[in-house]
Amino acid sequence: MYRYLISRVLLTIPTLIGAAALVFLLMRLIPGDICLVRLGSGGSSFSTDALLACHKEIGIDRPWIWQFADFLWGLARFDFGTSMWSGKPVITEIATRFPVSLEVAVLATVIAVTIAIPLGTISALRQNSWIDLAVRTFSIAGLATPAFWLGIVSILVVLDVSQVITGHPWMPPIDYVPLWQDPLRNLSIVILPAATIGYRYAAVSMRMTRSAMLEVLREDYIRTARAKGLLRRIIINRHALKNALLPVVTVIGIEFAFLIGGLVVTEQVFNLNGIGRLMVLSVQNQDYTLTQALVMLVVTIAVLSNLVVDLLYAWLDPRIALA
Amino acid sequence: MRGLALGAGVLAAAWGGAATADETPKRGGTLTFVIPADAPPSFDGHREQTFATVQAFAPFYSLLIRVDPANPGSGQFVCDVCTEMPQPADGGKTYAFKIRGDVKFQDGTPMTAADVAASWNEIIFPPSGVISPRQSYFLMVDKVEAPDPTTVVFRLKFPTAAFLPALADPFAFIYKREIIDKDPHWYEKNVMGTGPFKFVEYETGQSIKGARNPDYFRKDQPYLDGFTGIFIAKQATSVDAIRSDRAAVEFRGMPPSSVDEIKSALGKDVSIQTSNWNVGSSMTFNHTKKPFDDPRVRRALSLAVDRWHGAEALSKVAIVKTVGTFAFPDSPLAPTKEELQKIAGYWPDMDKSRDEAKRLLKEAGAENLSFELLNRNVDQPYKYVGLLLIDSWRKIGVNVTQKVVPTGPYYDALRNGDFTVAVEAPGHGIVNPLLDVQKELSHSISAENNGQYEDPEAADIYNRMLRESDPQKQHQLMLEFEKRNADTQAHQPFIVWWYRTVPYHSYVKGWKIGPSHLANQDLSTVWLDK
Amino acid sequence: MAVLDPTPASVAALDEAYAVAPRGVWATIVRFLRRQPVGTLGIVLVLLFGLAGIFADFLSPYNPTANDFAAMTEAPSWAHWLGTDQLGRDLLSRILYGSRTAFIVGLTSAVAGGISGLVLGVSSAYFGGRVDLVLQRVLDIVISFPLIIMALAVVSIFGTGVQNVILAITIPLIPRCSRIVRSSALAIRAVPYVDAARALGYGHSRIIMRHMVPNVMGPFLVIITASVGQAILAEASLSYLGLGVQEPVPAWGLMLQGGAEEYATTAPWIAIFPGLAIMLTVFGINLFGDALRDVLDPKLRIR
Repeated sequence: MYRYLISRVLLTIPTLIGAAALVFLLMRLIPGDICLVRLGSGGSSFSTDALLACHKEIGIDRPWIWQFADFLWGLARFDFGTSMWSGKPVITEIATRFPVSLEVAVLATVIAVTIAIPLGTISALRQNSWIDLAVRTFSIAGLATPAFWLGIVSILVVLDVSQVITGHPWMPPIDYVPLWQDPLRNLSIVILPAATIGYRYAAVSMRMTRSAMLEVLREDYIRTARAKGLLRRIIINRHALKNALLPVVTVIGIEFAFLIGGLVVTEQVFNLNGIGRLMVLSVQNQDYTLTQALVMLVVTIAVLSNLVVDLLYAWLDPRIALA
Repeated sequence: MRGLALGAGVLAAAWGGAATADETPKRGGTLTFVIPADAPPSFDGHREQTFATVQAFAPFYSLLIRVDPANPGSGQFVCDVCTEMPQPADGGKTYAFKIRGDVKFQDGTPMTAADVAASWNEIIFPPSGVISPRQSYFLMVDKVEAPDPTTVVFRLKFPTAAFLPALADPFAFIYKREIIDKDPHWYEKNVMGTGPFKFVEYETGQSIKGARNPDYFRKDQPYLDGFTGIFIAKQATSVDAIRSDRAAVEFRGMPPSSVDEIKSALGKDVSIQTSNWNVGSSMTFNHTKKPFDDPRVRRALSLAVDRWHGAEALSKVAIVKTVGTFAFPDSPLAPTKEELQKIAGYWPDMDKSRDEAKRLLKEAGAENLSFELLNRNVDQPYKYVGLLLIDSWRKIGVNVTQKVVPTGPYYDALRNGDFTVAVEAPGHGIVNPLLDVQKELSHSISAENNGQYEDPEAADIYNRMLRESDPQKQHQLMLEFEKRNADTQAHQPFIVWWYRTVPYHSYVKGWKIGPSHLANQDLSTVWLDK
Repeated sequence: MAVLDPTPASVAALDEAYAVAPRGVWATIVRFLRRQPVGTLGIVLVLLFGLAGIFADFLSPYNPTANDFAAMTEAPSWAHWLGTDQLGRDLLSRILYGSRTAFIVGLTSAVAGGISGLVLGVSSAYFGGRVDLVLQRVLDIVISFPLIIMALAVVSIFGTGVQNVILAITIPLIPRCSRIVRSSALAIRAVPYVDAARALGYGHSRIIMRHMVPNVMGPFLVIITASVGQAILAEASLSYLGLGVQEPVPAWGLMLQGGAEEYATTAPWIAIFPGLAIMLTVFGINLFGDALRDVLDPKLRIR
């Protein structure tokens, strides 16, 4: 078992290094550089001296090998450098934007789980009934709807409905306040984006819950329990659900890592100052250090969630570890 | 040469908004406005080029001379920290500014001419390691000195009308000499100025806040207690913000759809100001790529563009309006409408234009021409101008696709000549036609020329124009120069000028629009009528 | 026990036993239609939009890229069934041609990604050992790498345009397909027959093509179908961010960018119809994919 653990953990290292190399290379292959963006954004001309001075100041005139070595060495010491755009430490840039994204992600998960597990269960219990059909349609629609379109439409609906009801169009506040400072204001900012992302998340989880429940319900021990005359409710809660939950939790865990992708577009639609938008910005600005740090953050989260899921499975099913 | 009289060109249509002479400003209140950008790279006006830096930080600083806040479109400049606009001496080569004695930095220390001189020296003669992108605007300056604490002297290498407008650069914040001597990078992350507001807070990517500076040298200003600038890059969100009164105004300028939305949402509580913008759209041919080395092909492509109807139609969906050439339309140097209509590409008869274009292409053997147009990944108005061009060229049988790239790769491609035809956005901070048309000069002379061509004849006309003192003759020379660029040689045909429309809540008073979204942003004259 | 003695005769017998018999295509289709009404609905939707795209030249009332400055942002009317956008272009025509773009991008990405994933997944499972280790690490990197940054980089380096969008979308699809294929292929690899065949000198390609690939076809087809929908959604997202197909090419995602939000309150049809088109198409694809999985899943089939 420990051998499995160690080997899985060790295997993440080449993945991380590979990701670091990939982002390093990709960013530098993009034509132009941050100095051009910074100095050209005014639209007017600027002297080449300024450009060269900027290159030197930021350090992108050094050979790539040096820059990569710097980058890796920094990673090893957990020193992520300073953003080339603002000159502030990367940690600060990310830390100020992390709370919004995290809150939206967590809230989306809560919404998804609250909807998915009950609906998925009911759908499985009443397989092929009209409830089942409705739930299945609802979840397939969730997978088919572009999240950003849903966001645009929902903003529109809220604006129009609030105008009709109160005569004044309502729009969520722009500046973010943390949850403990002003819960109502904070929730009004994150609820729509969380619901938009949560819908798709719920759809995936709903389908998984349904199919996992269906499989479990066919198992022999469930038939035995029924034959023994146990209450349906007890069967479901104590036996079926617990066993069905494992693949569901797995899917929820894996999808959480993929939420980042959804966050990027959603934060654009709702104009949230979060990690997703920061990612888009940092690539557009060609801010190498910031982009590299962000990618390492996302990749690490993804790799860690995969690791946790793998280990969970190995722990629960020892055959895998011995393979 | 005391500035340019721009006359009645600026349309300052006020929908019951701008302060009239008889309204007394009320003191108090906080102005919340939108800055339509993500966070600026640094706080240092001397080193940045983006309007985000100016709109966020100008309220904390003063300039030496500035655009007249009472009439920003006039092209007149007035003193900010100087006492009066000097008459140039020494054949126009020396400008001696007397500095006010009552200006204090926000830490209480007095500002002297030494601070002004040091700030300008950092801009014009940046020490090594200091970035000054607009350095090339000041090639005419030989020396900047502060012989005594109340005088700053600029000595020029040659007299030129391009100096004063350049001096009114809205990025030229007056810094404290002690600070930049010790650490030229201090101002990138910190604020210490002499302006109407004191720095309160900056939340990365969110907002910037300032409060009234009680020691401001204009005793009755600022009227506002404070301001909050919110960074909102997304157009739809800033419209919603203004609609729901989370912000009062966005000073840069909005496209017609947003203006309409705000107009219909605010009803009678809206004010709208408009002005020609001193940025435009032009197309640049890469003369090193065939067949764009042939002036017939270039001329044909310029002829095909329906500027008059296209601009009118686009003005309903994009931030463009006035048809013109590189000389700002409200300036006396710009060609009149009648003069324009004689230049190829500006002919009133579009069918004639297209026929001539097709004929030229045939003559040059480039009938089934097809190429890729380089455009920038920005909606307004790049996308729309690109579509106008593609549609226009389709009508003469030229098949064009767009290569749309983000800012970095865009400038990289332009500077490296890595394109065939590109859409560009020429323009500067302050209206300065003599400087603005430099872009059309030979590549060896002007770094702004991305077309990679030489045209010594045009350079000759330009030099004569620069030294001409008779405005009538200057106008004629400009016409000749522009005709050569747009018509005969069709090096970089201009397409259309951008148009600023700023809709805002009518309780905001005291702000006047001008051709530049960078100038007149220190908010010293703004007050709230509520 | 005799089964494991690798004599030519026994191997040939096993060959027949383990090889997948070619199925009657028509018979499969008919059975599908009868058993899966919901899946049939899916096919109908997909065919509807697909054929619309193919015959867009005949069906469109207007040229989708022709600006008509006299008819900007017009509401749906008899002249323009779905209205016009801010440049006066007919929305119905743009949606019809957009269907073409969507399917080209969707199908190409899914097929390219799917086939690459198939090759990588089967190779990984078949060769095992170091090949598997290295391939899986590389695919791990791709799958955890944020798609948006990859797409932004691809577009910044190569420019926008249909081919580059397809490239940007195909890359993340490869590891997803490969994973599914690999886990199915691993199960087949474990069968002792394969080692026996190798010992007898049967070539790699014969074993792979005759035994491994046909047996992963089920999950492979399902994932490829799902990928088409995902690719269409990805194209829409990329276009929304300005990284996809460029003007004036009609594409649903592009139609939702810029103008749609600007005019959301004054001309909502600009935003609503392209979104509905995307939703219905992907909905149809998902329905079809679900039904396909139900049909091909051996566990469910036996019931």
